[in-house]
Amino acid sequence: MARKISYKQAINEALDLEMRRDPTVILLGEDIVGGSGAPGEMDAWGGVLGVTKGLYAKHGNRLMDTPLSESAYIGAAIGAAACGMRPVAELMFLDFMGVCFDQILNQAAKFKYMFGGKAKTPVVIRAMVGAGFRAAAQHSQMLTPLFTHIPGLKVVCPSNAYDAKGLLIQSIRDDDPVIFCEHKNLYGLETDVPAESYAIPFGEANVVREGKDVTIVSYGLTVHRALAAAETLARTGIQAEVIDLRTLSPIDWDTVIESVEATGRLVVVDEAHPRCSIACDVAAYVAQNAFGALKAAPQMVTAPHTPVPFSPVLEDLYIPSADAIAAAVGKTVPHARAA
Amino acid sequence: MTNNPFPLPKDDLLQAYRTMRTIREFEERLHVEFAKGDIPGFVHLYAGEEACATGIMMHLSDIDRIASTHRGHGHCIAKGVDVHAMMAEIYGKVTGSCRGKGGSMHIADLSKGMMGANGILGAGAPLICGAALAAKFRGDGGVGITFFGDGASNQGTVLESMNLAAIWNLPVIFVVENNGYAESTSVEYATGVDSYVDRAAGFGLPGVTVDGTDFFAVHEAAGEIIRRAREGGGPALLECKMVRFFGHFEGDAQTYKAKGENDANRASRDCLTLFANRVTAAGVIGDAELRVIDREVAALIDDAVASAKGAPLPHAGELTTDVYVSY
Repeated sequence: MARKISYKQAINEALDLEMRRDPTVILLGEDIVGGSGAPGEMDAWGGVLGVTKGLYAKHGNRLMDTPLSESAYIGAAIGAAACGMRPVAELMFLDFMGVCFDQILNQAAKFKYMFGGKAKTPVVIRAMVGAGFRAAAQHSQMLTPLFTHIPGLKVVCPSNAYDAKGLLIQSIRDDDPVIFCEHKNLYGLETDVPAESYAIPFGEANVVREGKDVTIVSYGLTVHRALAAAETLARTGIQAEVIDLRTLSPIDWDTVIESVEATGRLVVVDEAHPRCSIACDVAAYVAQNAFGALKAAPQMVTAPHTPVPFSPVLEDLYIPSADAIAAAVGKTVPHARAA
Repeated sequence: MTNNPFPLPKDDLLQAYRTMRTIREFEERLHVEFAKGDIPGFVHLYAGEEACATGIMMHLSDIDRIASTHRGHGHCIAKGVDVHAMMAEIYGKVTGSCRGKGGSMHIADLSKGMMGANGILGAGAPLICGAALAAKFRGDGGVGITFFGDGASNQGTVLESMNLAAIWNLPVIFVVENNGYAESTSVEYATGVDSYVDRAAGFGLPGVTVDGTDFFAVHEAAGEIIRRAREGGGPALLECKMVRFFGHFEGDAQTYKAKGENDANRASRDCLTLFANRVTAAGVIGDAELRVIDREVAALIDDAVASAKGAPLPHAGELTTDVYVSY
């Protein structure tokens, strides 16, 4: 039965359901319980933003607070995964991957290949991504392209509570290492979510709005900006199709190509920086594989090639806006008026 | 029947000698074969350090996990990885331990508890904490051993892992293989403490330093801390002081070493000679018995090299397989 719950609650529910189902699922991370060893109460935080709150009461020592040692505990999660566990490690902010990248890049991602196929590393690394939280340059980045680049990793970035639950369940059951990117500015967003367990397969994009004139491809927070732009464009007579990629590795090329073949126009929206981004990746793939269908040059709407600024006035300029998306659509559709 | 003054029965002593001899023969042969030019990439040889891997691994079974280093052949052999598959891997053949996709620095056999040689220094320490955590959750009594050199002892991953193992009371043994050189840089230059036992103490871990060329010293010290870890007593550090007969990698001119250093080490600190002298002097094992093992091992390595050379290369399709379980 579906009811409205938040993106944050959906993640909590997915973790709870999988921990009930599979005793090898354990959770590691900084303050995921909160209060370990302190004189006050346990589960004081349940994660820095409360995502894992309440799970300690249900699952006890299968949740482990870690010291502030990202290399050690992310590596330990990977090592435990190689030894039959299904750990879910929380990196808090994906920006912190700078501290422990070796364990992800050179260990988890490569075990299967460099051991000749004999290893299996079913680890999930959950982390917050994205700007708009006034958290400045080291707590706000959309680093999805870095991970998508690496063979052996899977990269997931849900845009709503329903997807967050189904994709996290799939991530935990998946036998490969998964980087699960949670957009911190979506945590409060509520959508209809069934109470029961369900898994959303990887590599299946979601057409969140149908349209015949232009294809807008995005993921995460900017899916909602794309939908807002599509709404505005509809008033000017332009029907935009909006595709939510949901997973970046693997990626659903078929849905993107099929849509562009119907619309002839492509705008890719990515909260990452422009160079070597998901936007570049999608634009290049479409140019190479659906060139004949294109009626205009593909457009990319991304964050600028800058760190994430602190001052709210600057940060608001940083994140791709619905206006910028509509303007980019205008470059592909000759008769479009600026919104 | 001679009285056996050693803490191991004769069969185990023979096995220890065979393991050490197999590692030595494997590495000495690679030294020769590498110079011929038909081994791709680079190899880091364990010759001179055999007593450390052997003395520790004799306390382990397949449920116990080890995380190895770039200098991993000795750990692999002592943990029971198939010598033929290892040699084929080093030659980049599809019959290798990793189908030719890993090479010398990534030989692994998870079924033997060998979680991989590792090209990233210090990377095994967090991984083995995870292996030990898994063993703790399962309650199977398994322990994890992470090997690292005096060089990698200065990696943050190793230090973070010592703390993690301490606070979670994990069954992990941190083994410092101190051969005096981080590549070409001396331990005196690069490490701020005189003894790794002091460093372990800083993390609340018991530590012990042994002469890593003395099989019996390694075996005894390792036995005690492994038993303690297995029984829930928590992590410990073992420093083995030893010598590296070859350079950092094959082709290293070793001009940073003192003149005559390698010859002196081979003359007075060869763990195989020291072991053989002890067991023959005690009359427990005859010299002839050791020579039989020498011949059998030489034949084994001859065969491993010959079959590696003759083994098929990976076919082109292998390039893109084994990246994911499913994609």
